[in-house]
Amino acid sequence: MSDEEKKLKPVSLEGKKVKEIDYRDTTTCETTLQMLQKVAADGHETAIKRAFDMKPCPIGAESACCKHCFMGPCRLNARDPYSRVGVCGATIDTIGARNFARMVASGGAAHTDHGMGMLDVFREVINGNIKGFRIKDEKKLRSVAASIGIEVEGREVLDVAKDLYKELERTYTQVEGEIPFAKRVPAKTLETWRKHGVVPRGAMREIMEIMHRTHMGVDQDYENIVKQCSRTALADGWGGSMVATEITDILFGTPTPHVAGVNMGFLKEDQVNIIIHGHEPLLFEAMIAATSDPAVTEKAKAAGAKGVNLLGMCCSGAEALGRHGIPHAGNFLSVEPVIATGAVDAMAVDVQCIMQSLATLSECYGTRFFTTNPRCKIEGATHIEFHEHEPEHAPNEIIRLAIERFKNRPARVVIPSRKDMGVHGFSHEYINYMLGGTFRGSYTPLNENIINGRIRGVAGVVGCTNPRVKQDYVHVTLVKELIKNNVLVVQTGCSQIALAKAGLMKPDAAVLAGDGLREVCETVGMPPVLSLGSCVDNSRILIACAEMVRMGGLGDSIADLPVAGCAPEYMSEKAICIGQYFVASGVYTVFGVTFPIVEGTKFHKLLFEDLEHQGFGKWGFAMDPYEIARLMIAHIDKKRAALGIMGERERKLFSMEDRRAAEG
Amino acid sequence: MSRLVAFAAIQGAYNIVSKADGKFKRAMDKYGPNQPLAFPNTAYYLPVIYSILGIKVEKLADAEKVLNRCKELMPPHLKGTIHVPYLGHLLDAGMAAILAEEVVEAIRYVEDPSFYLLGEDCDVEGGRIWLGAADDTIMRKRGIEFVDGSAPGFAAIVGAAPDPEIAKMIAEDYQKKNLYVFMCANQTGTTFTEQLIEAGVQVGWGTRLVPFGPDISAAVFALGFANRAAMAFGGVQPGDYRTVLKYNKDRVFAFVNALGEVNAEWAANAAGAINWGFPTIADTDIPEVLPTGICTYEHVVANVPHDQMTAKSIEVRGLKVTITEIPIPIAYGPAFEGERVRKDDVYLECGGGRTPCCELVQIADMDAVEDGRVEVIGPDIKDIQPGDRLPLAVVVEVAGRKMQEDYEPILERQIHHLVNYAQGVMHIGQRDIAWYRIGKQAVEKGFTLEHIGKILHAKFHQDFGAIFDKCQAKIYTDEAKVKEILPLAQHAYGVRDDRIEGMTDEGTETYYSCTLCQSFAPTHVCVISPERTGLCGAYNWLDCKASFEINPTGPNQPIQKGETLDPKLGNWKGVNDFVYKASRQSISSYNFYSIVYDPMTTCGCCECIAAILPMSNGIMTVNRDFTGMTPSGMKFTTLAGTIGGGNVTPGFVGHSKYNITQRKFVLGDGGLLRLVWMPKMLKEELRERLLKRGEEIGMPNLIDMIATEEQGVTEDEIYAFLEQVGHPALTMESILG
Repeated sequence: MSDEEKKLKPVSLEGKKVKEIDYRDTTTCETTLQMLQKVAADGHETAIKRAFDMKPCPIGAESACCKHCFMGPCRLNARDPYSRVGVCGATIDTIGARNFARMVASGGAAHTDHGMGMLDVFREVINGNIKGFRIKDEKKLRSVAASIGIEVEGREVLDVAKDLYKELERTYTQVEGEIPFAKRVPAKTLETWRKHGVVPRGAMREIMEIMHRTHMGVDQDYENIVKQCSRTALADGWGGSMVATEITDILFGTPTPHVAGVNMGFLKEDQVNIIIHGHEPLLFEAMIAATSDPAVTEKAKAAGAKGVNLLGMCCSGAEALGRHGIPHAGNFLSVEPVIATGAVDAMAVDVQCIMQSLATLSECYGTRFFTTNPRCKIEGATHIEFHEHEPEHAPNEIIRLAIERFKNRPARVVIPSRKDMGVHGFSHEYINYMLGGTFRGSYTPLNENIINGRIRGVAGVVGCTNPRVKQDYVHVTLVKELIKNNVLVVQTGCSQIALAKAGLMKPDAAVLAGDGLREVCETVGMPPVLSLGSCVDNSRILIACAEMVRMGGLGDSIADLPVAGCAPEYMSEKAICIGQYFVASGVYTVFGVTFPIVEGTKFHKLLFEDLEHQGFGKWGFAMDPYEIARLMIAHIDKKRAALGIMGERERKLFSMEDRRAAEG
Repeated sequence: MSRLVAFAAIQGAYNIVSKADGKFKRAMDKYGPNQPLAFPNTAYYLPVIYSILGIKVEKLADAEKVLNRCKELMPPHLKGTIHVPYLGHLLDAGMAAILAEEVVEAIRYVEDPSFYLLGEDCDVEGGRIWLGAADDTIMRKRGIEFVDGSAPGFAAIVGAAPDPEIAKMIAEDYQKKNLYVFMCANQTGTTFTEQLIEAGVQVGWGTRLVPFGPDISAAVFALGFANRAAMAFGGVQPGDYRTVLKYNKDRVFAFVNALGEVNAEWAANAAGAINWGFPTIADTDIPEVLPTGICTYEHVVANVPHDQMTAKSIEVRGLKVTITEIPIPIAYGPAFEGERVRKDDVYLECGGGRTPCCELVQIADMDAVEDGRVEVIGPDIKDIQPGDRLPLAVVVEVAGRKMQEDYEPILERQIHHLVNYAQGVMHIGQRDIAWYRIGKQAVEKGFTLEHIGKILHAKFHQDFGAIFDKCQAKIYTDEAKVKEILPLAQHAYGVRDDRIEGMTDEGTETYYSCTLCQSFAPTHVCVISPERTGLCGAYNWLDCKASFEINPTGPNQPIQKGETLDPKLGNWKGVNDFVYKASRQSISSYNFYSIVYDPMTTCGCCECIAAILPMSNGIMTVNRDFTGMTPSGMKFTTLAGTIGGGNVTPGFVGHSKYNITQRKFVLGDGGLLRLVWMPKMLKEELRERLLKRGEEIGMPNLIDMIATEEQGVTEDEIYAFLEQVGHPALTMESILG
């Protein structure tokens, strides 16, 4: 191992040894730091270390390379992008757009496959073939069905569910027409989509078409390629992801806030610790059911443990945190370090963002590492497949092996003590309730306080963590800057865990907000930062945007809203797809870290400027959190000015004539 | 800071709900589940519960589901610094408290039936000052003032002022601003109501200062009044809580004034009221809740000085109140209309059968009128002793390019309430049956007869300035002069009556709309023709014409009736087109002269409601003031609840009292000959006109054939009577066609 390590040690061109990594520069998460240092001291590696050692490929970073056929790969000069073209004549715009399109396709495919998997389970549940899960939230089922025009009044749950399944299946399989949730899109936004021909037909069709169009010698007009990027991305946001969120709520309950905790301090030395990592809720839900069985506790006790302690990480964890208040041990870059506690008896994963290194690292610390999904097998991992029809099987096996590992914990256990409590589990439905109770619930107070200026606007800060930037730092600094400027922040995925660790999901964090936002937070009793769940739950942000438009006073389309989005530490292709669906929906979306594009190209100008003129949102890029905040706030102010809500609102006093003129 | 409010309100709601539960259980033990449980004379059961939950509480056992719902609504207690959002919880807890309080107050009616006094007036001498739930008669009568804007809203005052003088100042300020004041709760035993009484202020519905009850739970009466307005005038369906509450936020401009220390139970009630969009304005240092959203503007505003309480409250509620200063030494406004001048307090009395008296408004040449001039001809206040009587003729002359003789009666009719608006002056009747009482209190403040003229000059200009330019008044108290004027006035009355009586629908191309009530009933549209006056009784065709002159973009618009589609039922193309548009596309056609086929829409303001009685082959009608049962099987208030709200309801129609004796009254279905039942009080009120109309249609004794409650209140009971007297309806062709 140490020989290998030496071999990998980076050497500068002059042959001098470069500076050793200082882990304090790589993360602001103190438990992760502690464990990173432990991993290093134990002589192992993490993504952070590997990123330190390996520079990103400069050609790839700017997406100036095309390997879509074997006349190349062709490499263009990012410094002088129009100086040459590929062997086939492809320009930098075509190459950049095609590469971008492939990322959208991959990211979109991930969410869409996740959503379709959920829908499969839903179908089998309503057909009676899956007994282990059931429709838990009938109210949500009815409201989702009603939202896409299914008659619900006086009908049996199962009837509605069957119709809903049939409708939602179209999200994936339809070949013509518009996906069902297009009905939820504000009319003017939908009009823009139709005008530009980007309303998705069905996710499979869009992904297939994007793969076709980016094949050698097909679509070589970057504007046309970007249209298909939008259409494919929208099939994710308003399609695959939204179906995933809605069906998950229907099967497992719509989240309502819990006081719950994050960080590694929730590992328990005297219990069998099992971490679920990945993205889909099914394995986690089955694990919750299995670990709640008193027999399991008995077995753990027999092995000398006080019980079984279930924790989540990454997006699976974010969903379980919001829906059930299950503790969350950390975000993407903490998944490797947490293994070094030695306290993780088992880690079970499903899909997405599972680093291959986990198999090796788990072996180093004696953690049992399980893959469970046939789509995601890892060399060296134990594969125990999770079957929806028999949901208790895999969990029981994982628990059994975890207990066994507890009995024989080989490594020294070091658990960082930090636990961060906060409020998690906001949903569109709960936001409605939160702002008016059972009888007056609506988004009116949100819109009103945006119009009167107490809240400047709303920002979605989402996405991964990335070893190329200091973990959590950009998320936390950006969000603090936003709330200080009265921008309400909604969050999903790993970003929300960063802020939860920073204590921003406590109601008291309102003191960090500007006066207006603080006042609203105190009135509602909410933190200035709302956590909405996993990365597919970005669809909740789309729904919230649509509802803000519907409530009135903030324009006719999502593009009119004083809102902005950001993924400041993103690393996955899913993030690119999410960014594109937000942009296509009308939201200004800023990315940090890096952007796979060559500046100064027509393609760049289209994404960063021209899309906005077409009625969509647009992309932005900055690495520095303060700069990102400045960009987002400037955009919010621009939208406020366009809405005519920049100044102080005049107090209108109502006469009888006004009342007669009032609608309804 | 609103965390403290949430904490207290949730705590308070727990107290209220658990106490209500205890009270309910004890009542169940004592009275049993079948004990009737109701507020007096209402078709809306326990109105908050009925409107919000859709539950009809009729007997004690029914309250159990309500209390169970309250318990479901109760949120967890607020604990620790890390907690889930509390706003939704706070509002739910508040609602639970209000619902529970309604049960508590209803049980009070069972346990202590004489605790609340029925009716509009308090019995101060008898020590019975608490009026409790307004019955439907009061609610409809007073509710109309909210509809037409003469009362723009209400202040629910909770607690007590630091002293009676401050209480009086606040109350009178609201009176001047035309608001109602609903009073409840106490501050260590002291109530705002008792403070007002101590300060010599008249309380009761008549003066708009309404003592609901001495406990905080009486706050529920204010909310019940508001919700019944939503159902009665807005046509909101019971149980449609979202619409009920939105209606209140947008159309009922009410708010809470918390005077004195705010305890947890008050906080729960304040939280409950926020569901209605009613904010709380307090005189103590409680945590404020300023961001907007549930209410139109702020939710809780604290530390407001007493002299700014009324102004701040209406600003927070977002209410525009226009008041005009009248140059008289006493307070002035609609709130003083209902105030009485008792016999012992009379300084001067005129008319009322005791002395000759009349009122006359006449058009005059521009040159003959000096605007603002008021002459008193004969003795004035200074010339008489307390308790004296004088003859009186009030003659107002108006001139202007737009003035028409048609407008004379309109202006003249205003004299009654305009004079009555003066604090300490009472006016009853009109024309030659007018009756004035000027109280000692008014005289002490310097009121003289000249001020009657000043009032009329100022108010005529304010309300009718668009139709005349100049106005002067002569107040005669000289007996010889009054006797000279009286026959002239009587002649003028006769000429006018003949003229309006002579007008026909056929001879008139222009009808007028009336959408005044759309402030409360958004889809209701009245169309007023000469022979079908408005169902509220307040607007006839001439009134509408004048109103249009005064305000060309106002609620009364001319409608060219256009092509006659059905002369018998009274259906015109131009009218239908207008109604379709003005009802926001909900009504496409209605008939003026039929109760059977698409009758005109009815709003909650109607004076009377007619209903078909199939067995008698006729119709009945009942006026708002009659609280008894009718042969339709429904009381007035139930009928109004069923058909009000701007709907076309075949078989039922709202109309004015006056309309009964108009020639076109349900003429398409057979006219007045169909009328088989009406309350005795209504018959007596219309006796002369009924006799006259009976003669016109060749049945002078028709009036005696119409049954009243004396003959019965079921169809079976009256049928025998109708047969016995040979009522024409029995032999007419079938009313249902």
